[in-house]
Amino acid sequence: MTALPPPPPKKLGLVIDLDTCVGCHACAVACKSWNDGGAFGPLPDADPLGAAPDGVWFNRVHTYEVTGLGTAGAASEQRKADDGGRPEIPTAATAHSRVPPALTIHFPRSCLHCETPACVPVCPTGASYKRAEDGIVLVDADKCIGCQLCAWACPYGAREFSAARGVMQKCTLCVDRIYDDSLAPQDRQPACVAACPTRARHFGDLGDPHSEVSKLVAERGGFAPLQELGYAPVNRYLPPRPHRDDGAHAAAETAEAPLDGEALPPLLRWLDRLLSR
Amino acid sequence: MRPALSIVVFTVLAGAGYGVWTWLGVLLALRAYPPGRNATLLPLALGFALVSAGLVVSLLHLGQPQRAWRALTQWRTSWLSREGLAALLTYLPALALAGLVRGDASFLPARLVGALLALGALATVTCTARIYTSLPPIPAWRDRRVLPLFHLHALLSGGLWFAGGAQFAVRSTAGVALAFAWLLAVVLLLAANLKRAYWRALDAAPAPADAGRASGLAALGTVRAFEGPATEASYVTREMAFALARRHAARLRRIAAVLAYSLPFLLLCVAAFDMTLRPWVLPPAAIACTLGLLVERWLFFAEAKHVAAAYFP
Repeated sequence: MTALPPPPPKKLGLVIDLDTCVGCHACAVACKSWNDGGAFGPLPDADPLGAAPDGVWFNRVHTYEVTGLGTAGAASEQRKADDGGRPEIPTAATAHSRVPPALTIHFPRSCLHCETPACVPVCPTGASYKRAEDGIVLVDADKCIGCQLCAWACPYGAREFSAARGVMQKCTLCVDRIYDDSLAPQDRQPACVAACPTRARHFGDLGDPHSEVSKLVAERGGFAPLQELGYAPVNRYLPPRPHRDDGAHAAAETAEAPLDGEALPPLLRWLDRLLSR
Repeated sequence: MRPALSIVVFTVLAGAGYGVWTWLGVLLALRAYPPGRNATLLPLALGFALVSAGLVVSLLHLGQPQRAWRALTQWRTSWLSREGLAALLTYLPALALAGLVRGDASFLPARLVGALLALGALATVTCTARIYTSLPPIPAWRDRRVLPLFHLHALLSGGLWFAGGAQFAVRSTAGVALAFAWLLAVVLLLAANLKRAYWRALDAAPAPADAGRASGLAALGTVRAFEGPATEASYVTREMAFALARRHAARLRRIAAVLAYSLPFLLLCVAAFDMTLRPWVLPPAAIACTLGLLVERWLFFAEAKHVAAAYFP
């Protein structure tokens, strides 16, 4: 059925830290690798080793450049950090700190497993559905007729049509991993989360305010893009942390003021005396 | 949006076919249509051919066309499913009418079935339009003019095919034919003006999103897509970030307007002033209008921008 289920008790999703993501694409590769052989695969490519490879990826990593930092969003200061709309940003409060000229932000884009996704009700066959138990949005490849209307209905570009299979495919939140009792408990998480070398990706129940991911979202001001379209995404992105007074700033100060040896901790004081001889 | 040829051809041909059926059904129901077996059967068959050709072409758009029957199941939520169901149900009054025509304009069952035919045809066109108007990521299709334009274009092209095709079978009185020609001219002027207003609104509309909104990072500063996720194109860039038509949009709009509106209008005026010329001017008017609508429909897709395109450089 393509009618949406009542709000599920659990809202499983991802929290992606844009502060620590280094844009290595390991999540995208791990996702492709797992799902090619997983219950919702395969993900065949046309011309995989040739000049123009073409195929479905559930997860793609974009890179954005942000300039004019600290100028655009002074108005968002009053906004609650946990409203999920916009990221908390370095504004006037941190204006005395060293604001860099630009930020490079890597932005992994995949299905946000929305609470009210338009991709599901537009499906004419019932192939697209949202699970009543945990809110995961899936496509049944055996029912899909490949009309591609769901992809048009998704503002996040999260669904990709497989020309090779003639059906629509999308992120499954590794539903074939996270409930698999034959895996070790630490492996029961999506392949992208397990693969991330900087631990920028977190998986959990965003419907439970006491879960680790929910606490992370509350603490860091997690947001989801394009909320104004009303899809109520479950996934959250954690914005880059504001730049603080850091080591470089401190070093610049000490270069000007002479070092007060007596103020140092005992070990350093001894070293300072030793080296000053 | 990438204009898929199968959808462009389907919506134009089926739209014309449902237009033919709507006019036939309404005129039968109102007893305004001249009696005669062939007078009814010919436009009925013409509509049948246009609708069926369109529906067959629409299957070409599917990745798994052999499963198309599944699309009839989710009518509770999906306009596409409703469209399929309405399209199939509309065949019932069409087939019934083929069996009921007695050559007597006052035969009540035929009039009732005619009314059902018109209702089914209009309902199907409504479902087609609602598929597009119900997609939040494509603001160009959510425009309030889209739904009436689908109806007006179906009535216009269908009306021209009806008038052009039926007049071979009907020795209708000059008065009825003249009134119908003027009615079509009114539909044509309404459609042309609404389409012009749609194109103007489209030109004035801002882009549906930029990189800052799409990534949600706008509050940080000025966001620019620095690097795409892959060196190659993907389904999303091909389907949602189609930009070819915008370069030629102005010229294509003029071609569409001349073929779909200007030329048929002139030919309708000729037909209205000298009804004996009808067999020579109405079929060309129907063909020109259909060709023009193919360009119009191609632009309807190609000029519509999808929010997801904003993620890409």
